Amino acid sequence: MATAPKANIVREDLLRVEGVTKIFDGAVKAVDNVSLTVATGEIFALLGGSGCGKSTLLRMLAGFETPTKGRIFLAGEDITDLPPYKRPINMMFQSYALFPHLTVWENIAFGLKRDGMPRDKIAERVEKMLALVQLTKFAQRKPHQLSGGQQQRVALARSLAKRPKLLLLDEPLGALDKKLRETTQLELVNIIEEVGVTCVLVTHDQEEAMTMASRIAVMHEGYFMQVGAPDEVYEMPNSRQVADFIGNVNIFDGVIEEDEADHVTVRSAECMHYVGHGISGHSGMSVGVALRPEKILLSKEKPTGDYNWCAGEVVEMVYFGAHTTYHLKLASGKVIKAQELNNTRDLSYGLTWGDTAYAHWNEHAMVVLTQ
Amino acid sequence: MKNISIRNNISSALRKLIDGRHFVIGVPYFWFLILALVPLLIVLKISLSEMESTEVSSLIEWANGWPTVKLNFASYMFIATDALYYQTYLSSLRYALMTTVICLIIAYPFAYFMARSPKHIQPTLLMLIMLPFWTSFLLRIYAWKTLLVNNGVINNILMSLGLIQDPIAMMNTPFSLMVGMVYSYLPFMILPLYANLSKLDMRYLEAAADLGTSPFKAFWLITVPLSKAGIIAGSMLVFIPAVGEYVIPELLGGSDTLMIGRVLWDEFFSNNDWPMASAVAVVMILLIMLPMAIYNKYQAESKA
Repeated sequence: MATAPKANIVREDLLRVEGVTKIFDGAVKAVDNVSLTVATGEIFALLGGSGCGKSTLLRMLAGFETPTKGRIFLAGEDITDLPPYKRPINMMFQSYALFPHLTVWENIAFGLKRDGMPRDKIAERVEKMLALVQLTKFAQRKPHQLSGGQQQRVALARSLAKRPKLLLLDEPLGALDKKLRETTQLELVNIIEEVGVTCVLVTHDQEEAMTMASRIAVMHEGYFMQVGAPDEVYEMPNSRQVADFIGNVNIFDGVIEEDEADHVTVRSAECMHYVGHGISGHSGMSVGVALRPEKILLSKEKPTGDYNWCAGEVVEMVYFGAHTTYHLKLASGKVIKAQELNNTRDLSYGLTWGDTAYAHWNEHAMVVLTQ
Repeated sequence: MKNISIRNNISSALRKLIDGRHFVIGVPYFWFLILALVPLLIVLKISLSEMESTEVSSLIEWANGWPTVKLNFASYMFIATDALYYQTYLSSLRYALMTTVICLIIAYPFAYFMARSPKHIQPTLLMLIMLPFWTSFLLRIYAWKTLLVNNGVINNILMSLGLIQDPIAMMNTPFSLMVGMVYSYLPFMILPLYANLSKLDMRYLEAAADLGTSPFKAFWLITVPLSKAGIIAGSMLVFIPAVGEYVIPELLGGSDTLMIGRVLWDEFFSNNDWPMASAVAVVMILLIMLPMAIYNKYQAESKA
């Protein structure tokens, strides 16, 4: 099967960050030698827990913080020393920071007025933005008279009104409740794609990063642990931390026994693993075998074969509606999670607390983590 | 049936009065009634009566077993016709307005930098603002006298430096009056402004900068409008007492600096004309309350 090239359009780099470091109060390294490039039209997510430096990096892009070391280029121009009000970058703030004394209309027009745009042009642009976020009827309201979702859309319209080269989103959906978040996520992506603006977004929510971004950088203690497309980062994490941070994962500690070009086998305390791809390692090396809960199948009958199964006692069942997560306690004492789809209305596995269940998975379900 | 319902209403009203919630809210109302409203009504009553040798006449006279109310508007008529009062009110309002504006101009940067200074030194700065209150008000005003008089500290220094040959006449002029007024009322402007500015969310300024606003412009477009409540509170706290100020014009002002507080004093204690003095006071209260009432109405409407 011939594989088509992933992207046949050569996109130029819009944003280039070169070796940026930020040290606060001479001691705390918030961002540690980070380099990245973002292509025009991309939605790039900085994902990490609190204090990982993602917000500091975003604030450096906006111009609110100056890097201690390193340079930032936008469309080839060095913007490292430009103050925020001179950068062609706009930001949608966490919890929006809408000006409370101005109406929706005035909030959106605020940046345009600073640019000295003629009045009729401003009106035209504001109307367009209001239509884009479907808030035309609310133009004369003050921010406090709007719901959270409406405020979020005003904030988006305000940050898009100046047609920035780069749009920064700081926890764009953090202030919304879960149900609203799901619909808003797609709405937001649709609007961003319609406008065609390049985006850098910061979030601690891996689901938000995965649904919205074309690429994700997983940050930890100021540096990038892994950068890649959402499916890459999820299916092929390069370290235990990334595997653990993105989604749920079971990690078996083991030692490589066979190291072949097309497969490896790993012996762990719980079972033998047969991994259907080669890795850069050697036999005798200690590794982790990462296995996502949704890739595990459960059965009451003992599977045949020597590899990729283990037995355990059901110690916990968590019903989510669409799926159920079973916690199995293995003979070694390790508890693994297996997530089963509830694809019929009777609970198909018929398993309950205290039952012995066999967990099995295929050779392509696992990732071997060497670090 | 009707009687029962009335009785029920009364008993429920009584119960409401006694229950904790209403009691707690009721206390300040009661206080306000006793200490503000009743005295105000007494002043109003005196202003509508006449002076009978040393006594104030009663408003209600009994004739043939019937009470007749006798209102005397002579004092108000006199105020309305005599140009002196008109000029004095106008000049009081002008001095009070000037005091308010100058206080605002000085206090705003003061409060701004206090609110922006490191959190741990803010209590100290606040303390320094309130420090003058530890010394008697009269003493502080007298101190200004020794600074401003012809052979006072300021003139002596300027003359010894050879900057001036003859002393500058500062004392008993509108200048010395304004110095005293601004000096005395400045803390009342700083404190509400500081309280307001220290609560200002810095993200609004960041958002303004992000949208292309220079820091100077952002100050006028964001900081000032958002501190409107503080500006209004401070201005009220300065303007209202400044209109009726008596001590500062008496000690620092000249004979030509007309202020209504001094007229009030003269009516009470020199002319011993209580109805006149009360009428002057009532008109002053109306003059101050009218713009406030209009402002409140506008505020309520813009919120709705």
